[in-house]
Amino acid sequence: MRVHAKRAVALAAGLLSPAVVMADWTMNMAPGVTGTSNQIFSLHMTILWICVAIGVVVFGVMFWSIFAHRKSQGAKPANFHENTVVEILWTIIPLAILVAMAVPATATLVEMYDTSESEVDIKVTGYQWRWRYEYINDDFGYFSSLSTPREQIENRQAKGENYLLEVDNPLVIPVGKKVRFLLTANDVIHSWWVPEFGVKKDAIPGFINETWTRVDEPGIYRGQCTELCGKDHGFMPVVVEAVPEEEYNAWVAEQRAAAETERQLTEKDWTLDELMERGEKAYASACASCHQPDGTGMPPAFPALKGSQIATEDMAAHIDIVVNGKSGTAMQAFGGQLSEVDLAAVITYERNAWGNNTGEMVTPKEIFDYKNQE
Amino acid sequence: MSSVADTHSQEHHHGPAKGISRWLLTTNHKDIGSMYLIFSFAMFLLGGSMAMVIRAELFQPGLQIVQPEFFNQMTTMHGLIMVFGAVMPAFVGLANWMLPLMIGAPDMALPRMNNWSFWLLPCAFLILVSTLFMEGGAPNFGWTFYAPLSTTYGPPSTTFFIFAIHIMGVSSIMGAINVIATILNMRAPGMKMMKMPLFVWTWLITAFLLIAVMPVLAGAVTMMLMDINFGTSFFDASGGGDPVLFQHVFWFFGHPEVYIMILPAFGAISHIVPAFSRKPLFGYASMVYAVGAIALLSFLVWAHHMFTVGIPLAGQLFFMYATLLIAVPTGVKVFNWVTTMFRGSLSFEAPMLFAVAFIILFTIGGFSGLMLAIAPADFQYHDTYFVVAHFHYVLVPGAIFGIFASAYFWLPKWTGHMYDETLAKTHFWLSFIGMNLAFFPMHFLGLAGMPRRIPDYALQFSDFNMVSSIGAFMFGVTQLLFLFIVVKCVRGGEKAAAKPWDGAEGLEWTVPSPAPYHTFSTPPEVK
Amino acid sequence: MAEQQPQQGKRSNSRVIAWCMAGVVGMFAFGFALVPLYDVFCEITGINGKTGGRYETGVSNQVDENRTVTVQFLASNGPGMSWEFRPVQRSVKVHPGEAVTVNFYAANPTDHAMVGQAVPSLSPSEGTLYFHKTECFCFNQQPLDAGESVEMPLVFIVDPELPEHITKLTLSYTLYDQDPQARGSGSARAGATTTNNNG
Repeated sequence: MRVHAKRAVALAAGLLSPAVVMADWTMNMAPGVTGTSNQIFSLHMTILWICVAIGVVVFGVMFWSIFAHRKSQGAKPANFHENTVVEILWTIIPLAILVAMAVPATATLVEMYDTSESEVDIKVTGYQWRWRYEYINDDFGYFSSLSTPREQIENRQAKGENYLLEVDNPLVIPVGKKVRFLLTANDVIHSWWVPEFGVKKDAIPGFINETWTRVDEPGIYRGQCTELCGKDHGFMPVVVEAVPEEEYNAWVAEQRAAAETERQLTEKDWTLDELMERGEKAYASACASCHQPDGTGMPPAFPALKGSQIATEDMAAHIDIVVNGKSGTAMQAFGGQLSEVDLAAVITYERNAWGNNTGEMVTPKEIFDYKNQE
Repeated sequence: MSSVADTHSQEHHHGPAKGISRWLLTTNHKDIGSMYLIFSFAMFLLGGSMAMVIRAELFQPGLQIVQPEFFNQMTTMHGLIMVFGAVMPAFVGLANWMLPLMIGAPDMALPRMNNWSFWLLPCAFLILVSTLFMEGGAPNFGWTFYAPLSTTYGPPSTTFFIFAIHIMGVSSIMGAINVIATILNMRAPGMKMMKMPLFVWTWLITAFLLIAVMPVLAGAVTMMLMDINFGTSFFDASGGGDPVLFQHVFWFFGHPEVYIMILPAFGAISHIVPAFSRKPLFGYASMVYAVGAIALLSFLVWAHHMFTVGIPLAGQLFFMYATLLIAVPTGVKVFNWVTTMFRGSLSFEAPMLFAVAFIILFTIGGFSGLMLAIAPADFQYHDTYFVVAHFHYVLVPGAIFGIFASAYFWLPKWTGHMYDETLAKTHFWLSFIGMNLAFFPMHFLGLAGMPRRIPDYALQFSDFNMVSSIGAFMFGVTQLLFLFIVVKCVRGGEKAAAKPWDGAEGLEWTVPSPAPYHTFSTPPEVK
Repeated sequence: MAEQQPQQGKRSNSRVIAWCMAGVVGMFAFGFALVPLYDVFCEITGINGKTGGRYETGVSNQVDENRTVTVQFLASNGPGMSWEFRPVQRSVKVHPGEAVTVNFYAANPTDHAMVGQAVPSLSPSEGTLYFHKTECFCFNQQPLDAGESVEMPLVFIVDPELPEHITKLTLSYTLYDQDPQARGSGSARAGATTTNNNG
């Protein structure tokens, strides 16, 4: 299985690498890897060529006039100023061309709207500024956030090949199956786009939208949020890994097992160091974009955690604000977003990093009890 | 542009007042027109410098110059200032100057309201620009200010932004009423509707569009205001509202607004092309009907800005067909202009250069508009740089080049001097090259998958972004040349004849250059 | 002539202004009227996926035993909502025309009483017209004391008229905290959320 996966990735990388080399001067849309995206591509090309043809005729007449009918070359002006036949013709001919464009467009659109008979249903939720994917038939889900290091964005480090188009946990879908996406958002409107699938749909808070795709080739496909959603709108990419079905099934089983382990991890006895190690990662993905990697925040909107009252004094208040958020501020309730283990790790990390050396820790079990207190 | 009028006031009229009160209290359409034009050019430079910040940040991948939150403020303010501060007031300025001269009227119908509608504008923009210095920064939610990003998640300055929109809305509406009253009531005897110059026609239709949609915009921002400050839930899902409703209301205003920014330019181009082709405009009547058709259709296409929000199939198809239909009257206009040039006797002074560039580049913008209208393909284009390329191709050559063409065309009439033709041609060519260099690569970026409104991008977009930024800087710097040309022309130059363009037609060329402070006190007879 | 024209002008100017102002006021009102109009339009066409209020006809429709439709349930929390909220069953298969009862589970893990309001949304939106709720927790606000939990019922009927090509309906609820501070009303919220642009 693993070998297979590696081969698929290697193959995909091999196929993609020439594209990456040439990508710099890419001028056209990519045909993509789904039926929909190919149909869109051919529509796009058809209309492009129709426009080019019209352009050649119109600009041709214009440039002919510019070159042949110059005053400086002694052109004498004609005096005609209307011609009903011509005017009717150039109303009707464009109309006919438009009808010819509308027919294939309508057919494609009808197909794009057919979400029935899907085999995998995935709920996609937009957050400021990451995505959450939930495999609703398999009871697990996770957040997917940008994994490009801050150093690259701030030009302190060379930029990687997939700069800004890489995430910690990509969406995984099976090849050849109809996958249905149910989109919604937590805070503001986002839009989920994978160009190579020809799929783009807005994720709207309080509302549910659906769209679908069927990917034919295994590979890693990258897209971005396309609806302005605030400060980090440019930093919430979409990465989808399309894998063969058996590999997908194995992955799902692994994820379900991992979800189970996670529940067991909650019961485990954690040491401060273990929590700190895990907390650093969880903090980087969930907290650092606002409170900053060094905990200095961006006051007044995002308070500093370094040396703050919350992170150094009353533990219960600290747990409360992380788990339940703070009404009326940007501080979200992470109780539902992070596992008990990650919550415990983040809180422990915040209480011991950047010189907040309280030496205090909170275990996942304690968080679990806190969340389920009657 | 304006110091001119003093010299030629006719004897039995009062000349302009002296000093600052001339400008504060003036009811003269020429003074007010000049003030509108100067104001809009100032806003054009301000909005343009914001565009320079945007392009500087996008010159290379990575964050260099500004942080994302400020970048978002720049894109938002750039859009708002260009739309409401540069393009719209420039056309109102042209209308103020030229409408009375074209229809043989002594002034606008409502001169005191005219003064008011101008002076509201600087107030509105003072408020808008001051938000940049407020805590939390200026509006950062895009010029389309979609809820809930602009309501629940908006910065505190949003309330001031709303207030500024209200004031400029009032200003636009008063300006529109004035235009309608002037055109309907003040025409010289004998000037029937179907004899009106096309600039007059397009402005009349534009004014009706303004009256129809500016109040809807006012309604939309008022609802936002109530959501933010008074606990209503028009656009807030948690209280039973609908964020998509905001987009419907906004684009019901927004699409006709696009035509408000282009129709007067259509009118001006329809004077300039015949003048420099020395041949009458082809298809006057069909031009008028086409503008009317475009205006009517503009109310039926708003949801083509929202193809990805999840409108059901039937809705998508309706809006796709209606949008495609707009191509027909727009095509008629382009064909008419080209046919006007065909077998004419063409010369290429600056106004004609800008007019020809207008036709070519606007048509290219029209083509990408056609592509965007195809709903399935729009799923790929939507909210990418392809859209940015499209509307800049429509608005920069459309509105801005239209305004430059008009300015060069009528500068001799306004100032009494010919502008420097060599500098003007340099201005044209640098603008033309800069503009294409800036915006054409954006088509490629969009097709390759670069979303709009992002402060940083993936590496495969680097090269075209750099080209685009270079073009934008070139275009931006070139506009300072225009300022120089206009100042030079106001201060002196070759004396302009009453009719400096041999092929030009219309009443405005029957008065001396510069146009006296008061014109057409006795209405001319139109045969 | 010169004397006469301004005279004429004056008279019709006020008429033009009156007409224009009527237009302005009318369009301003129209902007607001779009809100109820949109709701009515959505109710007729179902375009925004907002399912209607209580279905009152009372007359039970003929049950179509030959057809099965899958109804899938989703639950999301609004921003800052810390309740546990999920459907008890992930999905049910129903025959059009029969009344079906399902439950949603909600629990308040915090140490203070809260009030929640669920907002429904259905996909595909075309199906909205054919999805009738006779009883729903979303009709009312749901208060929960600290640590309290509840099973909330939903009774619905899928209309036998549901277009043939629709075989699956997804009903999604988003649960919002109704604490006025959290709900985005009041300038407190606006002030506090500087955050989103500043940070």
